[in-house]
Amino acid sequence: MTTEKFDLDYAPALESTAVVNIAKQYGLFVNGEFVKARGGKTFATINPATEAHLADVAEASKADVNKAVKAARHAYETYWRDMPGKQRARYLYRIARQLQERAREFAVLETLDGGKPITESRDFDLPQAAAHFFYHAGWADKLDYAFPGRKVTSHGVVGQITPWNFPMMMAAWKLAPALATGNTVVFKPAETTPLTALLLAEVLQDVDLPPGVVNIVTGAGATGQALVDHPDVDKLAFTGSTGVGKMIQRAAAARRLPLTLELGGKAAHIVFDDAAIDQAVEGVVKGIFFNQGHVCCAGSRLLVQESIAEMFIEKLKRRVDLLRVGNPLDKNTDVGAINSAAQLGRIADLVDAGVNEGAEIYQPDCTLNKKGFWFAPTIFTGVQQSHRIAQEEIFGPVLSVQTFRTADEALQKANNTPFGLSAGVWTEKGSKILWMADRLNAGVVWANTYNQFDPASPFGGYKESGFGREGGMQGLSAYVRTDTGGRS
Amino acid sequence: MACTTDKPLSLATSVDQVALEARAKSLTTRSIKTTSKRAALHLSIRCMDLTTLEGADTPGKVASLCQKAIRPDPTNLAVPPVAAVCVYPEMVDYAVAATAGTGVKVASVAGAFPSGLSRLSVRLDDISDAVARGAHEIDIVLNRSAFLTGDYNLVMDEVAAAKEACGDAHLKVILETGELGGYDQIRRASMLSMAAGADFIKTSTGKIPKASTLPVVLCMAEAIRDHAEATGEIIGLKAAGGIRTAKQAWHYLVVIGETLGTDWLTPDLFRLGASSLLNDVLQQLGKLDTGRYSGPDYVTVD
Repeated sequence: MTTEKFDLDYAPALESTAVVNIAKQYGLFVNGEFVKARGGKTFATINPATEAHLADVAEASKADVNKAVKAARHAYETYWRDMPGKQRARYLYRIARQLQERAREFAVLETLDGGKPITESRDFDLPQAAAHFFYHAGWADKLDYAFPGRKVTSHGVVGQITPWNFPMMMAAWKLAPALATGNTVVFKPAETTPLTALLLAEVLQDVDLPPGVVNIVTGAGATGQALVDHPDVDKLAFTGSTGVGKMIQRAAAARRLPLTLELGGKAAHIVFDDAAIDQAVEGVVKGIFFNQGHVCCAGSRLLVQESIAEMFIEKLKRRVDLLRVGNPLDKNTDVGAINSAAQLGRIADLVDAGVNEGAEIYQPDCTLNKKGFWFAPTIFTGVQQSHRIAQEEIFGPVLSVQTFRTADEALQKANNTPFGLSAGVWTEKGSKILWMADRLNAGVVWANTYNQFDPASPFGGYKESGFGREGGMQGLSAYVRTDTGGRS
Repeated sequence: MACTTDKPLSLATSVDQVALEARAKSLTTRSIKTTSKRAALHLSIRCMDLTTLEGADTPGKVASLCQKAIRPDPTNLAVPPVAAVCVYPEMVDYAVAATAGTGVKVASVAGAFPSGLSRLSVRLDDISDAVARGAHEIDIVLNRSAFLTGDYNLVMDEVAAAKEACGDAHLKVILETGELGGYDQIRRASMLSMAAGADFIKTSTGKIPKASTLPVVLCMAEAIRDHAEATGEIIGLKAAGGIRTAKQAWHYLVVIGETLGTDWLTPDLFRLGASSLLNDVLQQLGKLDTGRYSGPDYVTVD
């Protein structure tokens, strides 16, 4: 007779890392080649789940950034600006297909370097990245139709800086529209997650992208600053924290530089009492614990109608108890590692603030690894609008629960933060969805779902969540000039 | 016999199709390997209602099925017996005789299966007859005709009458989810059946093309969870129809485990009704031992 018991402690199902080949050292990708940083300066990148050292990566100085911008300028004037759109599209299609072919390699590397569950990098990040290249490849020779009646030109050299939460996907969101519209790029990935961008550089070599069209400079804040301050950059695009975004906006404003910013958020789920309850619970859980809550549009606040609050919170806790926190390479892991020690510290600080301000904390009973950076999924109930955890972006697996009585009150609370990136409305009543969506001050409103993305659908925020959109024609328009009357 | 409809209907809240199906799909990405796979395969056998519901069923066919149920793999006695055999009332005597003393239960469909469209007294007689022949479990069909016309009181009264006719036998109520027209209705039918006295709610008869699916079972499991929360009553679930592969079977186990908890992962509270599933499970077990998936002639066809 059988003795083994089937329970939810599934046996380990580890994704193999044999598919990736991590070099000891990585250079900067400038003018189509990997080069050392001037002075040979490097920094280490580690696996946040184990703290194991993965590789040393070149740290770009001001001089290196200058070299990259020069290469981009030269490529712009020599190859890219005047290349027919149809031909640019070919490169984008090739990149997209390469990303699909090497998806597993990219996904495993993304998980090793960033700590996110392999199922997410495999089923979300990489398919999204490839989709963005495919989508924008389609636009490259159709810009006249995207902006009818207007002659569009490219900006020139674009400086792009991305965060560590979705390294590959953010790279695709930035590079694909810039290249499709005829710009060349100097791209800086986040310092804690540079490896997939550098693997992408290999792909760019493999598809014979002309040298200098994309240059990748790795490094931290100083590298980013050098890029932002470089006088020969024609446009800036940044995704990241609101604090850094403000600094960049000041720099760009001084030079009247076109700029798009996609910054933080403090999105609210609004759950009405007529919602499909179990599906709303699921959506709220996915909305905040997806990618450990390292998501600018994470639904980090839950506003639930008072008449169902008690029941809903019970269901929420039961669902959170089931989340499997652990090895990101395990295919059954739901919540992976926090991206860095610094981020873990920020999360812990804000959670302490929540406890000190009187909110009630709930964490499931889960054992966290000693090595690496981990934070248990956390729910705060009894949160008041004036609590810091209801106002500030935590960027971690922490949900703040508040209640409301009427749609008006829900709306007021949802809008009452400095941010305006996204929101979720949960109700079976279509008219209520439309009423809320009209009034929510958020760039994206999801109804009875959350975190749905498509390259054709513009994404971006209001207020301190930034400006400009990524994806769709609106995203494309950030990378073209329509003010030149055809003269560049 | 009259049941108040207030409570079950108040629990019959709406279900969002897109999100429900997405959740069911996400649970299929659970990767069940090595020791978990073996445990899942054994559990799916222990929870199986090995079924034959053909007009052509004979004592010989039933005897063959029962032997398979008692000892699924004669070459490997570590493989447990199934939970029950499921047959038509006329076959119950033979099934009872063949399984006597083995622990394998006998389930009988009854109550004008599969349509349920006979006079109530005829249906109740059918149930009593199957119980008298020695069936431990009775699988009846929900009166979809009454359900779809909105006569919920009639639906509940009939389930309650069937429960009474069952006596000590366990009552499984087949919702025939493929005929109900959506998840809202599946949830409503689940709530009504549970409130009226079902011990188990079951997806399908296996007689129409739209049989059990993972989202349907997830929807019913959520209903069972909410019913238990509201009343304290623990109701079982049976998925039946269209379940042919071991992988499908463990997807169901994952959905049940992650929705209702592992308490439900026993033959007392979960069943898989199937006729051809068992052989794939046996071959998958063989693959765990030998590394090879054997051919169809290395398992018995019963």
